[in-house]
Order: sequence, then C-alpha cells, then structure tokens
Amino acid sequence: MLLRGVALLAACFVAGQILGETLGRLLGIQANVGGVGFAMLFLILSQNELEKRGLFHLEMGEGVTFWSKMYIPIIVAMSSVQNVRVAFSNGLLALLAGILPVLACLALMPLLSKLAPKE
Amino acid sequence: MEYIITFLDKNGLVFAFLVTGIIMYFSEGISKTLTRGKIPGSAISIFMGLVLAYFAGLLTLGKKGIADLPGFSGFEIMGGAMFRDFAIVSTAMGASFAIIKKTGPIGILSLFLGVIISFVVGAIIAYSMGITDAESLTTIGAGACTFVVGPVTGTALGASSDIIAISIAAGVVKSILVTIGTPLIAPYIGLKTPQSAMIFGGLMGTTSGTAAGLAATDPKLVPYGAMTATFYTGLGCLLCPSVLYFVMRAIF
Repeated sequence: MLLRGVALLAACFVAGQILGETLGRLLGIQANVGGVGFAMLFLILSQNELEKRGLFHLEMGEGVTFWSKMYIPIIVAMSSVQNVRVAFSNGLLALLAGILPVLACLALMPLLSKLAPKE
Repeated sequence: MEYIITFLDKNGLVFAFLVTGIIMYFSEGISKTLTRGKIPGSAISIFMGLVLAYFAGLLTLGKKGIADLPGFSGFEIMGGAMFRDFAIVSTAMGASFAIIKKTGPIGILSLFLGVIISFVVGAIIAYSMGITDAESLTTIGAGACTFVVGPVTGTALGASSDIIAISIAAGVVKSILVTIGTPLIAPYIGLKTPQSAMIFGGLMGTTSGTAAGLAATDPKLVPYGAMTATFYTGLGCLLCPSVLYFVMRAIF
C-alpha cells in the first residue's frame, strides 16, 4: 500500500513533467512550461477521485507524505549545491540586477493581494 | 583515506542524507539557543547550506557548491532538480483545488507582471551601467527573471558569454535573496494565506528560491507558491527572446 502511494506520486510527476516538456516544445522554447504545476494538479485531482471511490488508503497517503516531509532536507541539500560564489563574484551589475527587480515586484504584492478573491 | 572518499562517492545519496541531517540538527540548536526560536531551524539550515556552498566554491572553484568536494558528490542527486520537483509535487496532497481555481486568474496576472517588471528593471540597471546593445540588455533583463531564462535568452539572441555569465549570476543572486528574504519579509507583505502565496510565486518566479523561502516561512504555503512559480521560467523563456526583445530593439 505504501508503495502504491509513492507510485501514484511518481505517475503524477512523470505525466505532469512530460506535459510541461511537450508544451515547451510546442511553443518552440527550450524550457519546461509548468511541469511541476501540472503534476501537482494531477495529484490533487487523482487523490480526490480515489477518495470518492473509497480507494484511497491511509497508508497510501503516507507514501506521499513521507516525501513532503523530506522536502525541507532536500531544499537544504539544494541550497548547498548552488553556485553561490559566482553570485557574489560577478560584480555590482549582477548583484543589482538580482536584487532590485525582486524589490520592485515585492512592492506590487499588497496591490495584487487586494485584487485576490477572499475565501 | 582514498578508499573512504571512493566509498562516500559511491554511496553519495546516503552520505548526503547523513550530512544534511547533521546540518539540520545543528541549525535546530542554533534556532533554539541563539534566536530563541524566532528564526526557524529550517531557515537557518537553508542559510547554512548556502554558506557551505559558498566556501566550497571558493575552495574548488567549481559550480556545484559542496557537491564538488571529494566524497560529497551525492548532494548533486539529493539537491538536484529531480528530488526537488518530486518533493514539491508531494506537498500538493491536501492542497485545496478550490482555492487554486479561484486564485488562478490573479495568479496568471502576477506571473506576467513578475516577468515584465523583473525584465524592465534588470534592463534599466544594465543600461545605467553602460550597456547599450539590445541583445545584451535583453539577456540581462532575462537573467533578472531566473537563472534559466537568462542563458536561454542569451543563447537564442547570440549574446556574448560574459553577458550570459552576468545574467546567470543575477538569477542566482535573486534565488538566494528570495530564499533568505521571504521568511523575513513575509509578515510585512501579508504573506500568510494560500492566495497570497500564489501571487508571491507568480511575482518572484524562481522555483527554488520561492519554494525554499516559503518552506522557511510556513510549509503549508509551499504548494500554492510553487504552483504559480513553476510557470514563470517557461513564460520568461517565451516572452524575453521574442516580444520583449522586439520592444528593446525598437528602443535601442
């Protein structure tokens, strides 16, 4: 049962990523367009569907939750393989071009939040 | 000594689990004692990861942080795109489809605004520092989106390699800034609901930065932010070498 959960997650991952890659090809760009997002939608929808039919076991859910708990350790490992040196050694232009756009976008946060529908 | 390093490289992933566990254990301790729990242990662990990557980069002059150190190659797998994306997808379980659907349109708006504003501000900075040709300006503007959009755009437009290097560096700076800055700024920009996380993901883009920043802020927000952020790089690769480049060429 545990592995069925992992397999479900893997199925959603593969389907979503391939959809993202295909979409990128169709648009003629060298990038994955929303693969992770599609995979997440597949996971949410298939979980709902399985629950409706009474096929979603608790242990299956644990196969997925294990990975969501591994998330932070994986992010720690990810940050430790970043090219941090190049970020700080490429001069003022790279630093400013990395920092100022973030600040400009952050300034828009409150405005967009006001436009968002309430729960 | 030699055979131990060979052993660790051969069993790289398992060794990476061990080292990450040690980093997180010490970070929890620092969080409890030095900051009295004010800065979460996860945020400190992520920051420690970046610091280790910086010093490993100085030592090895490599591109892959501590994965370039002998014995630590397994970090490339554990911290690579495959495990990262697999774990991000898993966080979607239990996320509300209703909220995602309802916030969808504003999420798309935030994506377009995020790409265009980053591009424009990035290009203005490049211009003010003496760069004047449309290709280089576009490449640096694209680098201000993410460290993937920069090189993809630069390669497509035939920008020089040092300009592409700057665009990658700008993207990496952005990713690191979002990683460290998100938990610090979250209370001031109202980043506490799934809706706001979706908008944040769209504005910031950088999947690694957004996902790590939200994880340190509130793990419940991760799936919502990642949902929009994952479309950002694709949208950037779509807009920068085409529409935005044509606009730049019309101006310069």
